[in-house]
Amino acid sequence: MSRLLRQLFLSVVAAGAVAVSPAFAQASLLNVSYDVARDFYKDYNPLFQKHWKAKSGESVELKQSHAGSSKQVRAVADGLEADVVTMNQASDVDFLVEKGLVAKDYAKKFPTNASPYTSTMVFIVRKGNPKGLKDWSDLAKPGVQVILPHPKNTGNGRYSYLAAWGYALKQPGGSDKTAQEFVGKLLKNAPLFASGGRDATTTFMQRKIGDVLVSFESEAELIAKEFGKGGFDVVYPSLSILTEFPVAIVEKTVDKKGTRKQAQAYLEYLWSKDGQENAAQNYLRPRDAEVLKKYAAQFPAIKTFSVDEVFGGWSKAFPAHFKDGGTFDQIYLAK
Amino acid sequence: MKRVLPGFGLSLGFTLVYLSLLILLPLSGLVFKASTLSFEQFWSIATGERALAAYRVTFGASLLAALINAFFGLVVAWVLVRYPFPGKRFVDSLVDLPFALPTSVAGITLATLYAGNGWIGRHLEPLGLKVAFTPLGIVVALTFISLPFVVRTLQPVIEDIEPEIEEAAASLGASRFQTFFRVLLPGIFPALLTGFTLAFSRAIGEYGSVIFIAGNMPLISEITPLLIISKLEQYDVVGATALACVMLAISFVLLLAVNALQWWSANRHQSRRTGA
Repeated sequence: MSRLLRQLFLSVVAAGAVAVSPAFAQASLLNVSYDVARDFYKDYNPLFQKHWKAKSGESVELKQSHAGSSKQVRAVADGLEADVVTMNQASDVDFLVEKGLVAKDYAKKFPTNASPYTSTMVFIVRKGNPKGLKDWSDLAKPGVQVILPHPKNTGNGRYSYLAAWGYALKQPGGSDKTAQEFVGKLLKNAPLFASGGRDATTTFMQRKIGDVLVSFESEAELIAKEFGKGGFDVVYPSLSILTEFPVAIVEKTVDKKGTRKQAQAYLEYLWSKDGQENAAQNYLRPRDAEVLKKYAAQFPAIKTFSVDEVFGGWSKAFPAHFKDGGTFDQIYLAK
Repeated sequence: MKRVLPGFGLSLGFTLVYLSLLILLPLSGLVFKASTLSFEQFWSIATGERALAAYRVTFGASLLAALINAFFGLVVAWVLVRYPFPGKRFVDSLVDLPFALPTSVAGITLATLYAGNGWIGRHLEPLGLKVAFTPLGIVVALTFISLPFVVRTLQPVIEDIEPEIEEAAASLGASRFQTFFRVLLPGIFPALLTGFTLAFSRAIGEYGSVIFIAGNMPLISEITPLLIISKLEQYDVVGATALACVMLAISFVLLLAVNALQWWSANRHQSRRTGA
């Protein structure tokens, strides 16, 4: 019996050693990311591996983790050893800054606000746009049903909310007060708040609820792939929000694992021509002007404003609108 | 005193360690985290307007779902035990499906079925009955996920009731009504109560299936677990634990009350038997 136990013990130790040993020979990076970036990094990772092999002669193992962004960030804060985080909202990275895991000036460590690509919020409407919805103001009109993910609990919901708010703010005579009234009217037109972006899409496309779905531009193409191009039209409003997708190195992990060099290169390569093309092919707007031009047909011109410009950054926008007692709560609790 | 059965000390030790590690430790962590709040802070989170509305939705819908299952679950269990029919094994294993199905799958499926253009929803909508994305949808989801608890608790108990008891009751002149309520039900009742309690507690904590069918409108169809998630989305872990503690306290009191009821009903049943 005891020999059996000893054998068992030894084999466990041996298996452990085998599992650990490649880590010494080959660097391994864990990229903790948001949910819908799965396809993007599935395409991007082999590109980087090839590039890194050619450049440094090293091969690097890349692991991905995808889930809701704030869940992911909490996991990293709780000790998940991510080398890099690639998120869809600055407030998520800010949380890691607060915890001392990411450098305070992470947005300056890479070009273009550390966001290798952008997107924007657009309208998906029924084929032929039967309700003639052209702009945000049409979404607040009585009798229009608007589908969007929960504005308080989800990243894309928050972007939709801020897009409508910023639009109202920029109208003649616009103020925080008129913006809150406007967003209040728009939200009254929502028959439900979907639990996430994909759930909102299913509700609109499959269950045929609502006249308009507010969604990422990049999502529209995925809808076309899933449900066919015939069922809907994409409407670009006169003004929308620029959604940025910040990336950052998790300082604590790369120092511990000695992977700073690889992590830095992994993120930098997102801004290379290959990285930018990959973004465009995944329907995310590349930052590189040339690549953007090449894919211009896929990205109609649209006027946008960033969270930094209109709201003074996520660190201000989040508490003002989405924390308990923020404008979202005020809209619902005001009687 | 020497016990007849060996291993009492060892097994009790195991029980205590197991329960402590598995249940008490995480729960005390929860209470500990929440205790970093001052009482005023805790109270304002626990009794916020949205929180109160969410308690009502959560406990109301769970109670309704458990009551529905107590009735129909009893019928299902009775039929599955007492009547032979073709395909019985198949139907029997269907009962476990809500256990096995990932709850989000259940939620998405139910939402699709009960939406205005869904197989079921399309027939209910003309009657003015909206199910998906209303509080009624929450009840439907909770009823679905908690059904097996009632059925599986009742089945063995019903199996133990010998048909001779009913026959005896009938031959002694009891009406069918009397046979059920005075002879059969007292024997089933404790198990029914247990099933009800299990279904109820399962429903209170349910999140995955509900959020897809609830519509999640503030004050109307928000369940407490959603508010907890919402707090976590704001990285307000302490606030989330405060709500969790309230849920825990209410559930604990309710479960205690049901257990007391069960104890009382078992006692009454016992004393009737021995007294008569």
